[in-house]
This record gives sequence, structure tokens and C-alpha cells, in this order.
Amino acid sequence: MEIFLQQIINGVVQGSVYALVALGYTMVYGILGLINFAHGEVVMMGAMISLSALTALIGMGLSPLLALPLSLVLAIAVCMLLGYGIERIAYRPLRHAPRLAPLITAIGVSIVLQNLAMMIWGRDYHSFPQLFVNQAHQMGGAIINDIQLFIVIAAVCVMAGLMFVVHRTRLGRAMRAVAENQHAAQLMGVNVNRVVSITFMIGSALAALAGMMVSANYGLAHYYMGFLLGLKAFTAAVLGGIGNLRGAMLGGLLLGLIESLGAGYIGDITGGFMGSQYQDVFAFMVLIAVLLFRPSGLLGERLAERA
Amino acid sequence: MSLRFIPLLFAALLLSACGKSATDQASDQLTVRIGAAAPLTGPQAHLGKDNENGTRMAIEDANAKGISIGGRKVHFELVSEDDQADPKTATIVAQKLVDDNVSGVIGHLNSGTTIPAAKIYSDNGIPQISPSATAVAYTHQGFRTAFRVMANDAQQGHALGVYAVKNLGAKRIAVIDDRTAYGQGLADEFIRAATAAGAEIVSHEYTSDKSVDFTAVLTAVKAKQPDLLFYGGMDAQGGPMARQIRALSLNAKFMMGDGGRTPEFIKLAGDAAQSVYASLPGVPLEKMAGGTEFSRRYETEFKQPIQLYAPYCYDAVNVMIAAMQKANSTDPAKYLPTLANITHDGITAKIQFDGNGDLKGGAVTLYQVQQGQWQPLETIGGAATP
Repeated sequence: MEIFLQQIINGVVQGSVYALVALGYTMVYGILGLINFAHGEVVMMGAMISLSALTALIGMGLSPLLALPLSLVLAIAVCMLLGYGIERIAYRPLRHAPRLAPLITAIGVSIVLQNLAMMIWGRDYHSFPQLFVNQAHQMGGAIINDIQLFIVIAAVCVMAGLMFVVHRTRLGRAMRAVAENQHAAQLMGVNVNRVVSITFMIGSALAALAGMMVSANYGLAHYYMGFLLGLKAFTAAVLGGIGNLRGAMLGGLLLGLIESLGAGYIGDITGGFMGSQYQDVFAFMVLIAVLLFRPSGLLGERLAERA
Repeated sequence: MSLRFIPLLFAALLLSACGKSATDQASDQLTVRIGAAAPLTGPQAHLGKDNENGTRMAIEDANAKGISIGGRKVHFELVSEDDQADPKTATIVAQKLVDDNVSGVIGHLNSGTTIPAAKIYSDNGIPQISPSATAVAYTHQGFRTAFRVMANDAQQGHALGVYAVKNLGAKRIAVIDDRTAYGQGLADEFIRAATAAGAEIVSHEYTSDKSVDFTAVLTAVKAKQPDLLFYGGMDAQGGPMARQIRALSLNAKFMMGDGGRTPEFIKLAGDAAQSVYASLPGVPLEKMAGGTEFSRRYETEFKQPIQLYAPYCYDAVNVMIAAMQKANSTDPAKYLPTLANITHDGITAKIQFDGNGDLKGGAVTLYQVQQGQWQPLETIGGAATP
């Protein structure tokens, strides 16, 4: 039983990370109908920048309690700028081009960012400093530590905040309007370019947060870390219904749970016939099944709500 | 002369100039290309760069020495390619090296890439020395061109398995491997040796060489209550795995093969690196003839410590050049038989190949992390070491 509970916790933590990154994919898709494949790389940049800033700040003699939020703020700021730049350079000129063109530039941006990071930070793994004791908490025999707890809480808060912004503010109304019809929104006086830029910046800020949390949790950052994470988060977004905020959250959590329960129990269930090497197969099988029966994902894409 | 002849004249002059310089060069200097292949991008890029650095050092040394073969001065040139640790890319890279007319290849880094690439080198008769591919299968494909300069996984897995049971007293062992040719092969050899020594394998789980989250498989392992966990894979996974083992309060000794015995592992695992076991083919660097000197030179030139296989790359190049000198030819067909029968005093070992191309009497050393450093515990085998 405690093993089962532990697997649930593993899945929820992993799923929260997927969900945070998936939100970035889904927001951009909701507004532009574009899959921003460079998003995983923005996560990586967030991790790298926060790590460098943290090391520098600690080196200057700042206390970890001050350095940690400061480096997070810095990473978020730089990533927002990066997100703005990516949209301005790679997507805006192509907004009315065939849909394939921005997809190609997205892949291009992703490669450029990866190589840029390799040039700046090198090929080595960077370890995340262990600043204070990562307290472990017992929960009915299962274990969850401070960082993992923080990840889950942060994901829930971010989700709630985002829902509030999209549904209760002027900016959110503008976002929903642009999502529904760019031209009509423009005619009604919505500054489409500004809304799109802000969407990218919010997505990138979430990516920076996710990046820092991932590297704190696993204790490492590497220029290649965005690739697999981006792929998984994209899968999560599609699973929940890309373009739908709640869908990204649900898809992320579900993917995390499927992976951990699949990896943990598939060997026992099949009597050793299939082992945990089928972890990813399991996740993608669920994705295929969902897409076969619900092509728009679990929660579907509700136009009025997408953003 | 009418004007339209001028370009023609110019072209003729240019041609003759080219021809002249080419023959000049050919008469006193021969350029010999040596290929190198390793992952220079992706999760194992740090290890690939380490291999490239070791290879580069040997080539620079050979050029500085000024070697003459067949009466002509030889200039060695490194052609380094990125195989991304991917078996498919490895075959493309291998073909590219062949097309670039390399006289020999140092590589690849991973067993998974070395094995398929070996066929291409063999088909084209190009000698290949892997400095780091330890999977048994590599030299057992029946290719005359395949060599390696360290012990293979049969020796390494055996040493690890026996040590785990006899010295560490493990009775219930859990195994995780990364499903690559290297990780899987090493894990299988380990299991064979450990069960033969009397231990029980209570769980065998899997991951991939790109994962960072192992909590699910580790939780499954924890349910089986092992007293030792063996991971067949690389440091990039081993580091976070060690942290997660500690975070999940999984009370088992943690052991890896050579893929984990790097400074990078200690960096990534942090406090959790303490007391972890790993092995490395060959004797400890400090015990190698000129090992300390090599390590010092490496750090001065590349501003970083040796990760893993740089000294083996250095030796691989040198044994290849030694064979060329002995055969008095850089033609692969001519120096290949010499290479197969050579005896060369390298820094890692006295290099002699057996009929398969494996290193004769390769040693395996077991290490443990103590106070943030890999400390050698015991060296097994290695009669031929200097």
C-alpha cells in the first residue's frame, strides 16, 4: 500500500512538471494555432540561467534564502525577454504564412537555442547546489520532500493564477478574443501583436519556473535537458486537449501517473513478460487511444475557453 | 595577344601552380588522417569531448615528434565526427570517415554505436580501435579490423558480480539497466556472475539513457527490499539515480560499471555519491606508467579533469601509429596485420591483442567514493600491465 502511495506521489510530482511546461505549449496553440517547439529549450534556458545566477549570487556572499528567489526572478525576466524575441523574430513575420512555415522556424529556434546553450555553458552537466536540507516528509509510509512539495503547490497556484487572468481580467478577455478571431479582435480595438507577445512572455515565465524546479529536483542542468521534457509536455498538452488550459493540467498529471504506475506495476502484472522498459510505450499507447476516440484530446478544445 | 586569351593563360598558370605545390607537398610530407567518433552533442557530450581530447593529444604529440614512415615525413590529421551516441548516426558517421579516406579510426565511445559501425570499417578494411566500448559483442562479430584497448564487459561484469557477493556480502540484488548495448550487456554479465556466486536477483528494472526521473522504478525496486542495487548505464543517469535512491530511503548499496566512474557522477550525485561503488577497466591512473604526468598535461591543455577514457584514446592512437611505423606503411591493408600482433607499452597497459582483438589480460579496478573522490579498492586481473 505504501509502495502504491509512493508511486502516486512520484506520478503527481512528475505530472506537475509536465503540466507547467504543457501550459506554455497550450497557451500559444490556443491563441495562434502554432506549436512552439522551442518551448522545451526555453525551459532549459530558464534552468541554466537560474543556476548561473544562483552560483554567482552565492559566490558574492548572499544568503541562499535571498539568492534563490532573486535568481528565479532573473531567470524569469531573461526567459520572458527570450520568449518575446522568439515570437518577434521567428513567428511574427510568418503569422500569415502557411502553417508549416512557423513549425519549421520553431524547430530552427530550438536547435539554435540548444547550440547557444552548449556554447555558453559547455557540454558538462551542471549540478544544482544543495543550499539547505531538503526535508523529507512521511505520508502514510510514503516519502515526499520539500522541493517536490513545492513543485506540486507551485503548479496548482500557477494554474489558478492563469485561470484568473484568462477569465477575469481585461488581458484575458483580449486573449480569448484573439483566440476566437484575430481579425475581428483587431477590428474591436484589441492590439493583437501585444496580446500575442504577452502570451509568449507568460508562457516563457512559466517555463523558467519549471526549469528551475526541475533542476533543483534532479540536482542537475544540461543544455540537452529541454528536449525530452518538451516532448513529454507536448504529449501531455495533446492528451488533455491542446489549446485548453485545464486540459494541459489534466494531461500533465495523467501522463505522470501513467508513467509511474506503468513503470512500477507492469512487470508484476504481466508476470515479468513486459518490464519497465515499456514505460514510454505505455504513455504513448494511452495517447494514441485517446486520440483515436477523442481526436481533440480528453477535455477537447472549447473555443470560448481556449487561450 | 588578343584579350580573350588572358583568362585562359591565367587559368593555365593557376593550374601549373597548383600542380607544383601538390607535388612539392607529396614529396616531403604525407598527410595521414585518423578518424575519431564519439557523441559530441547530447547527454553524453562531456564523455565524447573527453575522448576527442585524448585522441587530439596523441596526434599533436606524434606531429611534434616528427615521425617518418616509408621515408617520408608524416603529418597526422584528426577527423573528429559526432555520432550522438546513436547507433543509426554512428553508421552514417562511419561511412563519412571511410569516404574521407582515414587510415584508421579511434572510436566509437559507446558499445551501441561501436558495434554497428564496426561492420562498415571492416567492409572497407579500416582498422578500428575503440578506447571505451566494453560490450563483448563488439570484438566477437568476426571482423579482423576491430580492436579495443581495455577489458571487456565479460571481465568487468564478472569482477563486479563477484565483488558484490563475496566482498560486500550482497544476497538480494536488484538490477536496473538502460537498455543500451553497453548497459544491458554489462548488467547481464553482472547477473551471471552474481547468481553464480550465490546471490538472488530479486528485481530487474529498466530505464533509458536519456531519463532523469527514476522514482517509479526505484519505488518498484524498494518493494523487493534488496541489499544491493546495480545500475548498468552512464553517469548522467547514475548521478540523479543516486540522489533519488537517498530521497526514497532505499537502503541498499549502489554499484555501477565504468559508465558511472567519472568525476561528473560525483558532481551530479552530490552528497548521495558517498560510498557508491563502480569499476573501471585498467589499473588506477596513478598506478599507470606516466599516468600522473598525462593527467597533469591533460588538465593544463584542456582546463578540466579527465572524465574517463582520455588515456585510453591516447594509447589507442599511439598503438595505431606504432603499427604504422613497424609496418613502414600507413596503408590500412599493410599495417593491419602488424597491429594485430603488436606489443606496445602504453600508459594504461602493455597493449597486446588476442585473436578477437580484445586486450590480453585486461585488468579491472573497483572503486568507491570516499570524501568526494573515487578511491581504488582492489585491482583484479591484469597480468600484462607494466
